[in-house]
Parts: sequence; structure tokens; C-alpha cells
Amino acid sequence: MMLQQVGLFSDWLSQTPVSTTLQTVAWIIPAVQTVHILAIAIVMSSVVMVDLRLMGLVGRTQSITGVAQRFIPWLWWALAVLLATGLILITAEPRRDLLNPVFQAKMALLMIAIGVTAAFQIQVRRNMSAWDMAPERRAGAWVTAVASLLVWTAIVGCGRWIAYVEHG
Amino acid sequence: MSLMQAFCEWLENTVVGQYISGSTWAFPTIESIHVFALVIVVGTIAIVDLRLVSVASRNRSVSELSNDVLPLTWASFGLAALTGFLMFSSKATQYLDNWPFRLKILLLAAAGLNMLIIHLLTYRSVHEWDNRSSPPAAAKVAGLLSLLFWVGVIAFGRWIGFTVH
Repeated sequence: MMLQQVGLFSDWLSQTPVSTTLQTVAWIIPAVQTVHILAIAIVMSSVVMVDLRLMGLVGRTQSITGVAQRFIPWLWWALAVLLATGLILITAEPRRDLLNPVFQAKMALLMIAIGVTAAFQIQVRRNMSAWDMAPERRAGAWVTAVASLLVWTAIVGCGRWIAYVEHG
Repeated sequence: MSLMQAFCEWLENTVVGQYISGSTWAFPTIESIHVFALVIVVGTIAIVDLRLVSVASRNRSVSELSNDVLPLTWASFGLAALTGFLMFSSKATQYLDNWPFRLKILLLAAAGLNMLIIHLLTYRSVHEWDNRSSPPAAAKVAGLLSLLFWVGVIAFGRWIGFTVH
């Protein structure tokens, strides 16, 4: 029922002038995908820098809060670019994305990743030095970092597999 | 070019090349790893470049930041090069004739040369400007060029996917 409505919406969207323009002007999609990948580079490198610092593997001369403040704002801005370019890509080929199980999994994972990142940022803000001072936080820091790395990596993987999976 | 042509013909007929082009899962899997590796390469290089052009990390010493980031860059570059070579091996002769692929390799070489020049010339005086929020003009130019080259590498890399089938 729900899927049927998504299908109808996709068909409507793909008939709109914006979508047909995106489908016919050959350079737009590769260009938008390029911007999308550049934004992924910013998100993933920010995630890796923060998570490896949490694990104590990189940048130990810097405080965890310092590293978080340096990179997390870039992550949010790049995520906004990903949302914008992602919407353009969906508009060009709605069925390929909206009815694709890999795309749906990607969006679910993205919600988790945003939740984990926001929760971490709020904690760092609320108690600036707690992550740096307390050794009993180390296990929690590792779990947070590993979970974050796995989820973000899975999102990138899903993104690439959308192109290879049959959709409704 | 004929030696290159012969090499590519040999490569795509190796067990590895044949396996990747014949399998449904191998190429997308290798490509996913390639994307993961290359975004770390470009993102971590951008961290250093943005410091060189004095946009971000201005309160950190350039050498310390580079030492933090570049081991990650090199490890990821190794992975990107390996996965890139594996994808190339599946359709080597097609890639060889593909102009976005050629431009990508050219830009990779340009980025490498730029890095070598920074390392051998500009970086020699780093102790003089390591902690300055605004590095000398030569370092800024190198950082800007590096950003441009890598954006080009990604753009042409993506274009390959639309021109090789």
C-alpha cells in the first residue's frame, strides 16, 4: 500500500519539468554526483578524525573537544550539501532510489549516524572536558567511535550499491 | 602506445581481470572500497590544504597537522590505488581509450608533482612559518592547486562511470 503510493509519487515526480530536464541534460548528473562525493569526503574525513581521536589513535596532542569543535561543524555543512545534491539525484530518477531497498537501508542508517553524531556533540558541549579527563570513559569512547565508523562506512557502501540493485 | 595496449590486453585476460569482469558482485564491491578509500584520501589532503591556504586549523602548526593526517592519507591512497588497479584490470583496453580516465591519471600525476614540490622546496622552510596562521604565498598556491587537482580527479573519476560500460 505504502510502496504503491511511493511508486505513484515517483512516477509523478519523474514527469515534472525539473526531472525531465535532469534526465535530458547529460552533464548535470555527473556534476551533481561529483559534488556529492566531495561532500562525502568532508563528512567521512571529519568522522574519521574525530573517531580516531576518540580511540586515541590520531592527534593525541589535541583535546577531544578541540578535535570535535574543529571537525563536526564541517560535517553538518557537508551533510546539508549531501541532502541538497541527494534530492537532485532522487528527482532525476525517483524509482531508482525511492523503491530501492538499498536506498531505504541507507536512509535508515543515516538516521542512526545523525543521531549518534548529534548525541556525541551534545555531550561534548554539555561537559566540555569530561571526554578528555575521565579514563573510565575510554570504553565508551571506543564503542562510540567504532559504531560511528561502521555506520558511516555502511552508508557510503549502500550509496554505491544503489546503482547495482534491482528496484521496483 | 602499443606496448601499453599489449599490456592492457594481457591484463584484462588474466585470471583476476576475467574474474572481476565476469562476476556480478566483484566490481561493485571493489568500487565501494575504492570510494571509501578515495574520500579519505581527498578529505585528509583537504585538511592540510585548507590549513595551507589559511582557511581552517589556523591555530595548529602545519607540520604537526600534516604528521597527524598524512599517515591516514597514504594508507587510504594505497587502498584506493589497489582497488583502482583491480577495476582497471577488468576492462583495461576500454579504460586506456577513455578520455576521462586519461585526464584523471594526468591530474593524479599533477597532484603528485605538486606534493613533491611542496615537500622538496616549500616545506624546507616550514620551521619559519609552521605556527603562522597565514603561510607564505608559495604554500598557499600549492594548497590551492592541490585542492583543484583533487576536485578534478574526483570529477573525471565519476565521468569514467558514465562513459565506460
